Amino acid sequence: MSAALEQSAPGTASASPEGLWTIAWRQLRHNRLAMVCLAILCVYTATWLYAEGIYWTAKIRGIVPDYKISHYEIRNAPPSAAHPLGTNFAGRDNLKQLIQGTRIAFEIGLLTSIIVIPLGFALGALAGYFGGKLDGAIVYLFSVVASVPDILLIMSITYVTRAAVERSAAMQSVTRYIDAGLLSICVGMGFTGWVGLCRIIRGEYLKHRERQYVLAARSLGVGHGAIIFRHIMPNVSHLVIINFSLRFPGLILTEVVLSYLGIGIANEPSWGTIINDAKQRLWLGNWWELAGATVAMFFLVLALNLFGDALRDALDPKLRIAEAKTG
Amino acid sequence: MIAYIIRRLLSVIPITVGVILITFVVFRVIGGNPAYRIAGKNATAAQITQISHERGYDKPLFLNFHEFPRNVLDAQFPKLCGNLLRLDFGRSIVTRERVSTMLREGMGPSLCVTTPLFLIELFLGVGLALLAAYYRNTWIDHGLVLLSVMGMSISSLVYIMLAQYWLASVWRLFPVWGFESPRYLILPVLVGTIAGVGGELRFYRTVMLDEMYQEYVRTARAKGVSSRRILFHHVLRNALIPILTNVIVAIPFLYTGALLLENFFGIPGLGRLTVMALFNFDDDVVFATTFIGSVLFVLFNAFTDIAYAWADPRIRLQ
Repeated sequence: MSAALEQSAPGTASASPEGLWTIAWRQLRHNRLAMVCLAILCVYTATWLYAEGIYWTAKIRGIVPDYKISHYEIRNAPPSAAHPLGTNFAGRDNLKQLIQGTRIAFEIGLLTSIIVIPLGFALGALAGYFGGKLDGAIVYLFSVVASVPDILLIMSITYVTRAAVERSAAMQSVTRYIDAGLLSICVGMGFTGWVGLCRIIRGEYLKHRERQYVLAARSLGVGHGAIIFRHIMPNVSHLVIINFSLRFPGLILTEVVLSYLGIGIANEPSWGTIINDAKQRLWLGNWWELAGATVAMFFLVLALNLFGDALRDALDPKLRIAEAKTG
Repeated sequence: MIAYIIRRLLSVIPITVGVILITFVVFRVIGGNPAYRIAGKNATAAQITQISHERGYDKPLFLNFHEFPRNVLDAQFPKLCGNLLRLDFGRSIVTRERVSTMLREGMGPSLCVTTPLFLIELFLGVGLALLAAYYRNTWIDHGLVLLSVMGMSISSLVYIMLAQYWLASVWRLFPVWGFESPRYLILPVLVGTIAGVGGELRFYRTVMLDEMYQEYVRTARAKGVSSRRILFHHVLRNALIPILTNVIVAIPFLYTGALLLENFFGIPGLGRLTVMALFNFDDDVVFATTFIGSVLFVLFNAFTDIAYAWADPRIRLQ
């Protein structure tokens, strides 16, 4: 039986209908706004990789990176040819700071997702697939987390984690490479942000476990683990990407708030700390520091928001049918 | 129906206990003994022992097995639950005031900011969403959506800073900081509206467009109903259900206050109180605000469900 299935697999593959991603990509390609956003995102990704290069080169060589060296003789300088966005209170180049800020923003997105995606996906899949008491327990867990005012929980976890990280000797080897503030805000946003993903994934697994293909797999004797990961997961994994692209802008904006409250990044130039520093200089008429950080953040958040929307529309066939019916 | 109401209201209790547990774990288990933070960096061991003893931090965390079985509940977490459920919020470490007094005093200023903000955002959001839905897929709709996404892409901190700098400091239209007369409220409410209305507009527009694709709209159109009447009579009525949910669930946040606005504009409300308490490790205050905020949130959620069940009998059977 299984041999026959395997034999017919290559034959059917070529005749099989186009995959979700192929259709989605075709639709996205015709969406001019989405393509512009994708281009913007590519530019930011390149900037991020460049900034990582600078950061790690300095780290490995054991020197102070360029963007951290102070030049007090030229502090608070207005934009010039040498410093297109001027310099800050310590005479550091604002453009270089912004480039490092891009790195921090992406690192926040990635580190938070390392917590959110496995946690949200695993709990959502278990709850939706097995149902019963396990489902009840997981639903209870995320209802509780969702009941605490969001920003309050993020702040509390961040604040307490920061204190715990700075106290513990074991964490020193980690904080040598990752900023302690960065780590703690990612923990704070990670352990609050999984609820949304968990809800979505649970709903999908609830739906998929009743489908024919799951029934077929089960009757062939496929184990639960294989059904969850090999059979259902490919059908719902696009939701993780949509969820990520729509969650990422929120993370960037929250980082700014946390930095303002004094529980943000400690020793690296994030957009939040730059905006926060620029606050004092705005009253002296130095607008370029604030403007630079705002514009840098604006285009990334805007592109992510718009591209996330377009991606969701392209990957959600239900909506497409609805649009086609009446539109 | 009564059985459903009782069941739904009873489900508030385990969630509330769970919320207390989370806050407790964050502040007392991960955070360690708060006495170290209260006493400061140069504290002696004797001071820490004294503070721990005074505030009960030296007791076991969850259950007291040293005095099993008589005083098994003589531990930090059961005590905290008991106190909060009796609405005894304790005293602040910093001001030595009763927390309940502090909450009462902070409620007024918070509501003064959040209530107008909430109402303006609601009506502006729904109004603009109706406009976008009516002119959907035209430049008006696309322009409104793009504007709101652009508005959402700027940090609210930047809005606050620009408003304080230009409107208050350079043009001297409003006072920069403080809470003395209604004039002091204009700027926070204005900034809050600008920062928040984009998200509202987008949400309500999605809700309306979801309704637009329903069968009953097609039926109405087939009957020859004008598109204006479809929108205001048919769609808006049906869209009221998700709109109302969104509104009811947002009401508890009127109480918890606007964190950023209160801090930046010097409004002595609950948002400011909470942030201050968090930084001073004033744990009785943090427990109290988190507890009340969460209980209100869970209760209002329950009310929404009950209202649904009342309106739609199918839900009761689940």
